[in-house]
Amino acid sequence: MTVVDPRPAGERPTAATLTLARRVINSARLDDAALRGFLHGLPGVDEVGAKARAAGLATRSIKTSSKALALDLAISMVDLTTLEGADTEGKVRALCAKALQPEHANTDCPRVAAVCVYNDLVPVALHALRGSDVKVAAVATAFPSGRASRAVKLTDTAEAIRAGAHEIDMVIDRGAFLAGRYLQVFEEIAAVAEACRADGARAHLKVILETGELVTLDNVRRASFLAMLAGADFVKTSTGKVPVAATLPVTLVMLEAVRDWHRQTGIRIGVKPAGGIRSAKDALKYLVTVAETAGPEWLTPDRFRFGASTLLNDLLMQRRKLAMGHYAGPDYVTID
Amino acid sequence: MTHPAATSAPGRLALAERFLHYAPAPESRSIVDIRPAYGLFIDGAFVEGDGERFSTINPADEKVLAEVTSANAADVDRAVVAARRASERVWSATPGTERAKYLFRIARLIQERGRELAVLETLDNGKPIKESRDFDVPAAAAHFFYYAGWADKLEYAGYGPTVRPRGVVGQVIPWNFPLLMLAWKIAPALATGNTVVLKPAETTPLSALLFAEICQQADLPPGVVNILTGAGETGRLLVEHEGIDKVAFTGSTQVGKAIARAIAGTGTGLTLELGGKAANIVYDDAPIDETVEGIVNGIFFNQGHVCCAGSRLLVQESIAEEVVERLQRRLSTLRLGDPLDKNTDIGAINSQAQLDRIRELTAAGEAEGAQRWSATCELPERGYWFAPTVFTDVSQAHRIASEEVFGPVLSVLTFRTPDEAIAKANNTPYGLSAGIWTDKGSRILWTADRLRAGVVWANTFNQFDPSSPFGGYKESGYGREGGRHGLEPYLALATEVDAA
Repeated sequence: MTVVDPRPAGERPTAATLTLARRVINSARLDDAALRGFLHGLPGVDEVGAKARAAGLATRSIKTSSKALALDLAISMVDLTTLEGADTEGKVRALCAKALQPEHANTDCPRVAAVCVYNDLVPVALHALRGSDVKVAAVATAFPSGRASRAVKLTDTAEAIRAGAHEIDMVIDRGAFLAGRYLQVFEEIAAVAEACRADGARAHLKVILETGELVTLDNVRRASFLAMLAGADFVKTSTGKVPVAATLPVTLVMLEAVRDWHRQTGIRIGVKPAGGIRSAKDALKYLVTVAETAGPEWLTPDRFRFGASTLLNDLLMQRRKLAMGHYAGPDYVTID
Repeated sequence: MTHPAATSAPGRLALAERFLHYAPAPESRSIVDIRPAYGLFIDGAFVEGDGERFSTINPADEKVLAEVTSANAADVDRAVVAARRASERVWSATPGTERAKYLFRIARLIQERGRELAVLETLDNGKPIKESRDFDVPAAAAHFFYYAGWADKLEYAGYGPTVRPRGVVGQVIPWNFPLLMLAWKIAPALATGNTVVLKPAETTPLSALLFAEICQQADLPPGVVNILTGAGETGRLLVEHEGIDKVAFTGSTQVGKAIARAIAGTGTGLTLELGGKAANIVYDDAPIDETVEGIVNGIFFNQGHVCCAGSRLLVQESIAEEVVERLQRRLSTLRLGDPLDKNTDIGAINSQAQLDRIRELTAAGEAEGAQRWSATCELPERGYWFAPTVFTDVSQAHRIASEEVFGPVLSVLTFRTPDEAIAKANNTPYGLSAGIWTDKGSRILWTADRLRAGVVWANTFNQFDPSSPFGGYKESGYGREGGRHGLEPYLALATEVDAA
């Protein structure tokens, strides 16, 4: 007997997503019990050990030619972000100008990966960035809290897609996740993923776990796997709107998750730490962690991003210092 | 400058791989001033010894670092006499509060001269600078700070209100943690009011000689600390000298047994910290990524030159394949090479003799049928090097499962039930340390209760703290170092005082 899913097509996970998810969790049924069995069967994370490993990676000494390479890589991985109630078209245009030419009067400097805005400002960003390879990312699904009905979240996403966003940064329902309603979280992500591909669109989906609200590293690993099961292209740490944003141990655990997912499925999912990464020195620690955990295949803007606003200027100041031999200071980079 | 964002996918991967070849980041060796030749440190001054000179080399490039003196019988005698004089005239009568000040001063000087000590240790020993800088030197300072705190509180240590120093202590230390083992020996001895004659290992004498300078800088009264360099014969003369009241030895089980035989019946006190063949037990519910890190830290820390190294991995059969696969993947990210490079994870083997020993045992492992896997890494042309190596299909009967390799070589064995894990873990003449990996607290306690090992780590490995006692069972020796327990061997307790 075939059970007919009563939901409209846009809200149903695609057949491919469901098939893969069933294969990975090794269950014909996809329900809370099956998802719980899989997620809670993942190896635990020892918090002390994970923090020690992250601290160890942070002691790598990246100098001279490696530093030059890393700074340019980091710049090319930045999602230049403004997500304020006070955002205006002018602010977004200024940010886009910076994205296109980060270093003042120097076309040698790589461009950033994307500009990240609320979805009403997508058209402004698209216009300002037209003709370039800098992407426009929109936050959606009742960002940052995610507290809205699924219909509202899908409408939010659909509007961003219709406006032409290349990438969607969605938030998961942390309440549902913490309450153990894994199927609800799975279906919501899968539905948003479907909306990203509606009407021939091919937007990339970044799934924000808001790890500051999930708190434990066990939860971070489980939520990462849940997002990957549901069709995420990227897993992202944070909205930047709660006190604890990206940390190196959290990012380490997410990188381990995408590495293991690749081992299991052959698919490479991206990772985006966001919020709280302000210095070039910190960015380099993240790149070391990416390279030594997931592998060099992840050291590309397609698979690793920094969600940041102030980080870019420090990367530029360090880049200039390396090129010129002396530190010029904050008056030689633009404030946008 | 290349433009990563505009590069094609294969080009990006090439860039990423170039990044992974971290550019050299060497620590400067100019901070440390190595003299061409060293005498012996006796009675507060460097003196010419009567014995022959020998060279100490950098195991990473086989170049001579300095000439040092091999102390002979007359030198040992002079040092013991100086220590006796210092004990009777000055140190045993110095109040605990005053002894503490010297120890605090030494601890601070170790910190102040930390970079110098770290570079020197790396040059003489071959260990990576990140370990000498982040582990050896800070831990040595911490040991002096810790025992400085005990110096004026000995009556409250639980050994009765009338504790006294034993007198003159003879100490012989190994080459794997030269400065740290010196600290483990000297700090509790001085805190308890003893004076010391210490012999560092013949391949790593330099940090002890720099420590002698620190004693001068701290204005430590002459004769309280004496440093004699030399090889096994010097050590034998020292521990068998009749002016010694207590011997402390860290090193091989073979030498430890010889010392025990030599001083049996003399009334000289003895503590031995000897070899080990620690079991690192991994249950199937272990936190897998952190367990892999713990396995790596357990056996590849300090090139495996660690008496408490987790050299026998006992992994539950149901996850053995996965653990080995993840471990090999992790090992291929280790960087072997110039020990002074801040990114080096695996340094040089300490000596040709040790390298020969590692080669002999690994050859035996292959000949006896175990499967050998070594990380692919380019070994430098000069110096003593050995790639991180893992043996699978190892059984208890193999030499690599029972003999201490003291090198970067891990033997992987499997078990099916917790009882089998315990039986195999305890099936060794040694009993220094062990590790347990599981997410289940009750299983940690159940396992720890049954392991015959002096130190048991749970979900971690190779953690040391001056407040925590360290020492072994069976052929791993007796006596404890560190913590309140570490005071006891250096104290003449009330009953002994009365009897005398």
